[in-house]
Amino acid sequence: MSSVTLKNIVKRFGTFTAVHQANLEIPEGDFVTLLGPSGCGKTTNLRMIAGLLDPTEGEIQIGGKRVNDIPIHKRNLGIVFQNYALFPHKTVAENVAFGLKYRDVPKSEVASRVQAALDLVQLPDVGDRYPKALSGGQQQRIALARAIVIEPDVLLLDEPLSALDANLREDMRVELKRIQSQIGVTTVFVTHDQSEALAMSDKIVVMSAGRIEQVGTPEEVYNTPASEFVANFLGASNILNGTCLGKTGSDVAVETPLFGSVPVPAGKASGLDHGPAKLVLRSEKLTLLAPGADTTGMITAPATVETVDYQGQTVRYFIRMGDTQLQAINLIDERPFPEGTEVTAAFRAKDCAALPGA
Amino acid sequence: MSVEAREARQPWILLSPALTAVALFLFVPLLFILVYSFWLRTATGADQAGFYLDNWREALTDAFYRDILFSTLRIAAITTLVCALMGYPAAYFIARSKGNKAILLLLLMLPFWISYIIRTMSWINILGVSGALNTFLLWTGIITDPIQMLYNETTVILGLVHFLLPFMVLNVFVSLEGIDTNLEDAANSLGATRWETFLQVTLPLSLPGLAAGGLLCFVLGAGTYITPLVLGGPRDAMFANLVFEAIITQLNWPLGSALSLMLLAVLGVLVMIYNRYLGMAQLMKGLG
Repeated sequence: MSSVTLKNIVKRFGTFTAVHQANLEIPEGDFVTLLGPSGCGKTTNLRMIAGLLDPTEGEIQIGGKRVNDIPIHKRNLGIVFQNYALFPHKTVAENVAFGLKYRDVPKSEVASRVQAALDLVQLPDVGDRYPKALSGGQQQRIALARAIVIEPDVLLLDEPLSALDANLREDMRVELKRIQSQIGVTTVFVTHDQSEALAMSDKIVVMSAGRIEQVGTPEEVYNTPASEFVANFLGASNILNGTCLGKTGSDVAVETPLFGSVPVPAGKASGLDHGPAKLVLRSEKLTLLAPGADTTGMITAPATVETVDYQGQTVRYFIRMGDTQLQAINLIDERPFPEGTEVTAAFRAKDCAALPGA
Repeated sequence: MSVEAREARQPWILLSPALTAVALFLFVPLLFILVYSFWLRTATGADQAGFYLDNWREALTDAFYRDILFSTLRIAAITTLVCALMGYPAAYFIARSKGNKAILLLLLMLPFWISYIIRTMSWINILGVSGALNTFLLWTGIITDPIQMLYNETTVILGLVHFLLPFMVLNVFVSLEGIDTNLEDAANSLGATRWETFLQVTLPLSLPGLAAGGLLCFVLGAGTYITPLVLGGPRDAMFANLVFEAIITQLNWPLGSALSLMLLAVLGVLVMIYNRYLGMAQLMKGLG
């Protein structure tokens, strides 16, 4: 188990810069997620930590030691690939035992360690089978067993869940987190799926276009996005242009044309004082109510339901307020409002965040 | 007609031109050859129709034919081995090169644009008594008299390797291309060096391509008669040369037919063994 540090990492492919000046500190035993859309540099970072790519500039440290010049087979890392990458010509047990061959593990111990790893991923009886005979979810567990049986310093997971069905993905998410906390290995997880990131991580590193946008706990990046990109990538947000009117007590007032002055908690206002600002209003925090409903303590404005996107448990409304279209995701109580309904759009000021304006 | 019946018929309609051609130009002639092999060539030089086993008895019992069959199989085996040893690294290099794969494959295919016979004969200009190599060695003074390098088993194998190497490279290339590079990365990350990774992962997974290339080289090599004719000496005849000799020179069609069926049977058994363990699909991959 070891910490991982990226110091001023730059990766260029020809003239294209995939990673700009990445600095990151991953403490020992943490589960850290690199989150971002495809092409944001998250996999490039992972592959550089793994030793599958060499950084153009900067230094990578594992356990406080520079590893730039240490070849991959000497780094003692466990990697789980998106497509599992199990050796098709070897049995499950041979796959799991593969890494032990290169680690001076006595032969008598190999079998018991393989079995322990298979037990840990809850597939104790498949050692004699070939990977082809297993389902996708089972193959993924074996890939995980193969990566952790060598007791790696760092576990690297490259979108390990994205090839699975939706239901299985959620089960594996819980399972993966359980195994990780059980063995306590430092883990770097790459995904483009915000719910995986929010559910599993100690810390999330949000990346966009090769740059780290924000590093924080799931609550921090969700509730206090550091940029418009983060606000939009982690859940849908409405971003409203406005003006910061200054601090009053523990709040910062942000004036927007649609809702008037909104007192945003200072801790979520990224140190704004005066000047142009953006109000971040999460779609799930914007509630639609029938006109005349009790809106005590809420900021309200009239709106018209324009489009209804029914999703069973929730409904996503697109509402019209003058020239602006906003998105609201609400739990369904009885039946959703039909299109064309006049409603009251309401939210609490403490649920908002504010960003510096353009 | 029901939809099912129409759908069941459709592949046969599409296949029929090809099947007709194969039937007319392959199976019917083969059948003729089978029938011919039981005829008898009389002293007058005329063929007598009937069911005689004389040709088969001669082909199967005469030590002369047996020895040449064995030496043919030996030459084909050596050629296949040399092709594998030379072709695998080349295929690996092409499969792992970035960007210029298309050009490298084109270069590999380029020799096919020149007739195989001309390519074979070109060795005479290189290795012949007044060929390029002798001229060079004489010029440098290393030798004072030209060396006879041509017309032996080695030059036959050289010519066959020259002819068959692309088949090996293509087949190995295709199977290497099919290997997920993540498998190599995974092996590396688990502690295997690049060489260990090659031995543990890449080589075993490319064996089907190596076997397909090997089969093609062996079958084509064992069936050749041009290479030994052009580059071999009088004692380097291969089995197909015997067939050629019997049919074209001696006009003994019945014996030639029996000999050619004998070679076909030996190679057919080999193909069947291959098909039993690896399947024809792999071969088709390499050809396509």
